[in-house]
Amino acid sequence: MAARAEVVRERPPRGQERVSATGNYAAAYAARDADVDVVAVYPITPQVQIAEKLAEMIANGELDAEMIHVESEHSAMSAVIAAAATGARAFTATSSQGLELMHEMLWIAAGLRQPVVMAVATRALSAPINIWNDYTDVMSARDTGWIIIFSENVQEVYDNVVQAFRIAEHPDVLLPVMVALDGYILSHTVEPMYRIPQDEVLSYAPKRPRGYRPVLDPDRPVTMGVLAAPNWYYEIKRQQAEALRESKKVVREAGREFGKRFGRYYDLLEPFMLDDAEYVMVSMGATASLVKAAVKRLRREGVKVGAVKVRVYRPFPADELAEMLQHAKAVGVLDRAIAFGGPTEGPLFADVAVSLATRGVHVPMVSFVHGLGGRDIFVRDVVEMFRILADYARKGRSATTTIFFGVRE
Amino acid sequence: MALTRPVRTVWDIPREERFAPGHAMCQGCGAAIIMRHLMKVVGKDAIIVMATGCVEVTTTLFPRTSWLNPWLHLAFENAGAAASGVEAALKVLRRKGVIDGSRRVKVVAIAGDGGSFDIGLQSLSGMLERGHDVMFVVYDNEAYMNTGIQRSSATPYGAWTTTTPVGKRWRGEWRPKKDIIGIALAHRIPYVATANPAYPTDMVEKFRRAFEIEGPSLVHVLSPCTPGWRIPTEKTIEVARLAVQTGVWVLLEVVNGRPRVTVKVPRRKHVRHYLRLQGRFRHLTDEEIERIQKMVDQYVEEINRWVGEQAIGPVAE
Ligand SMILES: Cc1ncc(C[n+]2csc(CCOP(=O)(O)OP(=O)(O)O)c2C)c(N)n1
Ligand code: SF4
Ligand SMILES: [Mg+2]
Repeated sequence: MAARAEVVRERPPRGQERVSATGNYAAAYAARDADVDVVAVYPITPQVQIAEKLAEMIANGELDAEMIHVESEHSAMSAVIAAAATGARAFTATSSQGLELMHEMLWIAAGLRQPVVMAVATRALSAPINIWNDYTDVMSARDTGWIIIFSENVQEVYDNVVQAFRIAEHPDVLLPVMVALDGYILSHTVEPMYRIPQDEVLSYAPKRPRGYRPVLDPDRPVTMGVLAAPNWYYEIKRQQAEALRESKKVVREAGREFGKRFGRYYDLLEPFMLDDAEYVMVSMGATASLVKAAVKRLRREGVKVGAVKVRVYRPFPADELAEMLQHAKAVGVLDRAIAFGGPTEGPLFADVAVSLATRGVHVPMVSFVHGLGGRDIFVRDVVEMFRILADYARKGRSATTTIFFGVRE
Repeated sequence: MALTRPVRTVWDIPREERFAPGHAMCQGCGAAIIMRHLMKVVGKDAIIVMATGCVEVTTTLFPRTSWLNPWLHLAFENAGAAASGVEAALKVLRRKGVIDGSRRVKVVAIAGDGGSFDIGLQSLSGMLERGHDVMFVVYDNEAYMNTGIQRSSATPYGAWTTTTPVGKRWRGEWRPKKDIIGIALAHRIPYVATANPAYPTDMVEKFRRAFEIEGPSLVHVLSPCTPGWRIPTEKTIEVARLAVQTGVWVLLEVVNGRPRVTVKVPRRKHVRHYLRLQGRFRHLTDEEIERIQKMVDQYVEEINRWVGEQAIGPVAE
């Protein structure tokens, strides 16, 4: 599997400008370089800089877009769906409670097949209120029918948002895309990144002629958002499920083409030191960086460990993951989220476990939860998780309950 | 083409139909009459955005539709936000030359009383406050009809609904109807009106003006509902007319803050004529009806004071 993600290179890729940006600014820059038409964002920490940056760029005439100063996230999502239905390129951003308030509309965006793009600076959910990073907000939106892409660093935030427009608006896809960036860890951390010139972004993610998909146009009237009775609803939903599953091809193609043009390749999954790895940790987002650091440390000690980063969380790359993990002796999953009352409490773990079990990969598995509500995860924590994983491998069985790592009992 | 000539008689109402028959609205539904006339006014160049409710579910049963115009429904509480999104998109696409900049395509949002007075109030307020060029039509059947006649904040005092039933302790709705016109006016929008399908020329002329004006406008239309109000299917217009003749529903127009009564009622009828026709008020005693009469008197007095003349006269029969 070709999965490379050389991120910040020594020499700037040709024509690309090296800038320093927070993850939030990177998302806003990408939306600007994609020449979005309509923006509707409601303030919430830690996403709010995206709204501010976009407003600033519109105010300065750097971006020609309509900003709708909506009175809630529910309205933000409603407005961007409607704008997309009118044929505009529409963008929004949110976090946590805002994503929850949008929840109803997330389903409708996907059900109506509207190519909305949204950045989500991940954050824990209330109560108790907590503004720091974890992925529970995105996890609670995982079944809404969106394509969900996680970012590992600021560069990836920018690159993922650019790719999101190409994917969402692709005629074979027509689905909304969510790009997750770790709250604070990416949203507020300044990193160097390369900006692609706007004309190249627009040639990569072209604005298609209005009317290549049904839009609200008096010359070709359509009725959108109908009532479907039991004799139709099922087929419509089945089509939607298939569209999301099939979007994998376009997502991969978008990552490959991005690499060809701009020098940074992307795939659904990113293996790390996997070739002869016995114990493998699966994770997402910026957490994957920590896992990589732990892998490197253990490798220096001669322990055969590896990692897989799930970049595209929905549609879940189950086949690809099973193939990657077929030779592992044990698989751990590090969830920065909690799914209450599940068979295990790690939501990513559930996806990994089902993927492996249904594809005939039977290895001991362990579900780890850590880093909720912004609790720091240290490299040494992940190292310790690998040791626990090795224990289970020796015992030849999986952990039946989630291990809440580092929690005070 | 949108209607541009003023409407003085029924002959001025366009013959063109843009609201197709074959929908599933009840016999005698006031909202059906309202939609049909609204669509005659707006013509081809209008995008309709609708909230969940009776009209939405009865007119778009897949794969059929009653709408000859582009039409969008997202959810119950967000007609204002969805309409804002369409309007903003049209604006920027016009500016960027993606669509014809000289052609005026206007957004018309439609919601029931629930979709505007209650769950939709926030997004309606946002839309009005931000000044979007959207005409918002409230068809007010005074309850959540789509889910089976539950009270809303538009349900009038004394009305039976399935959630304000008449029992040993409750006698129907006990709170007065919310003042949506006052709320709309608080946003300082250029055009606000009330309308009533029993006065079709007045209603259509108001639709025309609300559509023509630049910026947000709101038309609040009384919409009798035969099962919800418990009225015979042929009484829709009669009941609607009695609402005006008794002063329960005053036909108003407020242009840039200046109010005017468009259909004056020199001699009012007693409110019992209106109430006694409707099963939802069947339980009311004479005493309770007198209480309602006093509420109407007070409302009429407020209106007269506001418009600066005796637009609505005293009770005469
Ligand atoms: C968020 C949400 N809550 C509740 C409902 C259920 N619901 C659908 S239509 C409706 C009532 C609509 O009332 P109104 O706006 O007055 O329109 P009407 O049906 O009376 O024409 C309700 C409660 C819903 N669709 N969405
Ligand atoms: S229930 Fe009332 S509002 Fe709904 S379609 Fe029937 S008559 Fe019209
Ligand atoms: Mg109603």
